[in-house]
Amino acid sequence: MNTDPIVGKSVPRKEGRDKVTGRSQYVDDMALPNMLFGATVRSQIPRGRIKKITFGPGIAWDQFVVVSAKDIPGKNCISLIGDDQPCLATDFVNHPEEPILLLAHPDRHRLPKAVQAISFEYDLLPGIFTIDESERHTEIIWGENNVFKTYVIEKGDLDSVWEKADSIVEGEYTTGAQEQLYIENNGMIAAFYPAQGITVWGSLQCPYYIHKALMALCNLPAEQVRVVQMETGGAFGGKEEYPSMIAAHAALLAIKAGRPVKIIYDRLEDMAATTKRHPSRTRHRTAVSRDGKILGGEIDFTIDGGAYATLSSVVLSRGAIHAGGPYYWPSVRIRAKAVATNAPPHGAFRGFGAPQSLFAMERHMDRIAQSVGLSPVEIRRRNFLQPGQTTTTEQVVREPIDLGKLIDQALEISEYHSKRQSFASRNQVGTSRKGMGIAAFLHGAGFTGSGERYLRSVVGVEGCADGSVKVLVSSTEFGQGTKTVLSQIAAEALGLPYENVSVAQPDTFEVPNSGPTVASRTVMVVGSLVKSAALGIAQTLISSKVLRQGYSADEFRAACRQHVAKHGQFRCWSRYEAPSGIFWDDEKYRGEAYAAFAWAVYIAEVSVDLTTFSVSVDDFVALQEVGKVLHPLLARGQIIGGIAQGIGFSLYEKVVWQNGRMQNGQMTNYIMPTSSDLPPIRVFFEELGNVHGAYGAKGIGELPMDGPAPAIVNAVEDALGTRFDSIPLLPEEIMDALLKPSRRNDETLTSGAR
Amino acid sequence: MTDSGGSSIKVEISFTVNGEPKTVRTYPMARLLDVLRMELGLTGAKEGCGEGECGSCSVLMDGTLVSSCLIPALQAAGTGIVTIEGLADGEKLHVLQEAFLECGGAQCGICTPGMIVAACHLLNQKPEPTIEEIREGLSGNLCRCTGYSQILEAVAEAARRRLTA
Repeated sequence: MNTDPIVGKSVPRKEGRDKVTGRSQYVDDMALPNMLFGATVRSQIPRGRIKKITFGPGIAWDQFVVVSAKDIPGKNCISLIGDDQPCLATDFVNHPEEPILLLAHPDRHRLPKAVQAISFEYDLLPGIFTIDESERHTEIIWGENNVFKTYVIEKGDLDSVWEKADSIVEGEYTTGAQEQLYIENNGMIAAFYPAQGITVWGSLQCPYYIHKALMALCNLPAEQVRVVQMETGGAFGGKEEYPSMIAAHAALLAIKAGRPVKIIYDRLEDMAATTKRHPSRTRHRTAVSRDGKILGGEIDFTIDGGAYATLSSVVLSRGAIHAGGPYYWPSVRIRAKAVATNAPPHGAFRGFGAPQSLFAMERHMDRIAQSVGLSPVEIRRRNFLQPGQTTTTEQVVREPIDLGKLIDQALEISEYHSKRQSFASRNQVGTSRKGMGIAAFLHGAGFTGSGERYLRSVVGVEGCADGSVKVLVSSTEFGQGTKTVLSQIAAEALGLPYENVSVAQPDTFEVPNSGPTVASRTVMVVGSLVKSAALGIAQTLISSKVLRQGYSADEFRAACRQHVAKHGQFRCWSRYEAPSGIFWDDEKYRGEAYAAFAWAVYIAEVSVDLTTFSVSVDDFVALQEVGKVLHPLLARGQIIGGIAQGIGFSLYEKVVWQNGRMQNGQMTNYIMPTSSDLPPIRVFFEELGNVHGAYGAKGIGELPMDGPAPAIVNAVEDALGTRFDSIPLLPEEIMDALLKPSRRNDETLTSGAR
Repeated sequence: MTDSGGSSIKVEISFTVNGEPKTVRTYPMARLLDVLRMELGLTGAKEGCGEGECGSCSVLMDGTLVSSCLIPALQAAGTGIVTIEGLADGEKLHVLQEAFLECGGAQCGICTPGMIVAACHLLNQKPEPTIEEIREGLSGNLCRCTGYSQILEAVAEAARRRLTA
């Protein structure tokens, strides 16, 4: 057997060559013979009843295929966790981008005018557009009370702590919507043949979500719905569920047209109509002792879900569980709520809920520090979770994590203390102010609570006729390196060279349901299943006596060829079974929330220009414990990329809303960081090892989204002595705060850094 | 998706693409990006924004870096176009392509063709760029995955290799 370890090495990315040569096939690079192009006609109002639809003059409507809800063979919904979101609106619309009709035509250039030529008459109804309006019940737009979901997490005897507290610290923190802004817009191609059923090819994260949605929509059995992932140009959660909608639309047009149909969104449609990160509001009320220990607290975490429930419950769940940060709470009451507004549904985006609630927690820690007269470092150190203590859901920390050591290392690498000292004198003069900010946080890997148990993911590994090995999973590659790392795991398990292993392109006719590619679960959960299925291949060959123990790669290939020649297709399967002794109570939201947590301390150094009020991040140190790093180059790339998105979330990316509609759906006016906006991002890993994942790996992809926003805003406060509790923090907000000091009780600019 | 606009009469337009002479019949105001992708089957250049902001459709036109989504076909007549497909020599990768692979410069890959073409243009202008010059030189090409660091490192590495080759 090959004894050189493959995990831990930066092997070449499996699909890398195709990507750097431009050969990779994304959905818009594919064309089918006789194909039409599709477009979506959407609501223009946030809420109302459709009275009349007019097909305007000047368009050869007989050349168009037109689909309405009446053409849906099955159920008019995008089946997900619930079935509340229609595929096409019938008589009522609930947000300004709601699809009503679909058009297809052989010439894609004829579509925009046709879409514009369709007009609607409505009975307008008042809409609600903010969390506050939704809570005030000015209108009831969903269910009985506009509430999609609530959770309560309770630990200890909170009611008794308030009188013991030396101080009670309160704060309210808000975060805005954020567009995933994958560079490849959404797109799908559908083809329908009555004998075989429907096939869709597209840019997507979760083939089996689409499979489920199309079965219900088209009223077809599982074997007549086929979903194939094309190379996918970025996703970040933004292609978790909305692709089911686009696949449904392409499928309906293809069924009616009897020809393949391609729908490709342009940037404006993609930004306006598809999901974004949930806006959030978090309220903290914390009882603290004189020596800076948290005694207990109330955390109210509320997110704006938009018009339909979609994934809000899972975003809410993760946000609630992460709301207490990496700290020990003797008692806590976390109340979480997702509410409805007349905006397009918000959805998953890297970290889903955790970046929102952790922004609040880490801003609040700095506020607690000020109120008890401790430094941001010391307040964290005194409250860090220790092994043996329990989280807010009473999960015992079993890993030997030492957050005190982690923060010490981060302080040293960033030269935190010496820099802060030099900034204190520097900030007395000149036209810029510098500051340092810290964020400490954790991120749970895999589905929450019972999630993995319900999913019961299946993975296959195939021994092929040529002696190579192929991994069969529905887990998708969209930049993270799924194919590369899963190949490493299978190669390591079998003792084969990395080149001998490949990963099948996700196609529901070929691969089992290994679950959605979300929640930083692929390496830890799916990777473990790949390992055991791969071992099944070797064991089968050994027990059928065509392979000896301690085989060479050549012997393995020969044995594999022999087995396939004799018995035909050779596949081994592995299904997820929950480890024993894991307790989770779905009702009380108590127990083992995650199989493992990743831990991190991030430190940001910023400058604020007092002329332009712009913030620049000058240095960024990211230290994390993610278990074993299986591919150092990919892992570093994940961390840097996540931090860049976090910097955008903090300082640049503002969705401008008007009556539930995004007003700045272009890359020219929704600003993401360019290469000249970013600092050197310095990435460090601490490896503790973990028993749960394959070869000790935990989740990594989402963690880096959690830390940048609080670290940066804490640094801005450090630089200016002015408090900011909302992101994105744009220059105009800073200008407003600095030039109108009377509106705030905090220190003003003249006091400089403390 | 944009209207083909302007004249609705197709015209014959000739130019060279990756060294090969090509003639297409298309609308004069058709976007060069669409001509490359749909008429010539060169799908390496991608549409990210359709308004010249993201750089995913970058190609070289007579050695100048352009966003092919902003170039009407008529403007490309008589020019020499280089796309991502023209960089590798058969199976032998261009030094930038090799460096992008080795340094982790490509993640999802959608910005990669435009980014590599832009980097190629940068190295033609400045064979020994500093990291700051690379940052500046690639700031017209958006990448949402990498946070750019490993792209900058790839370009610096390619520059080193070109000089020592």
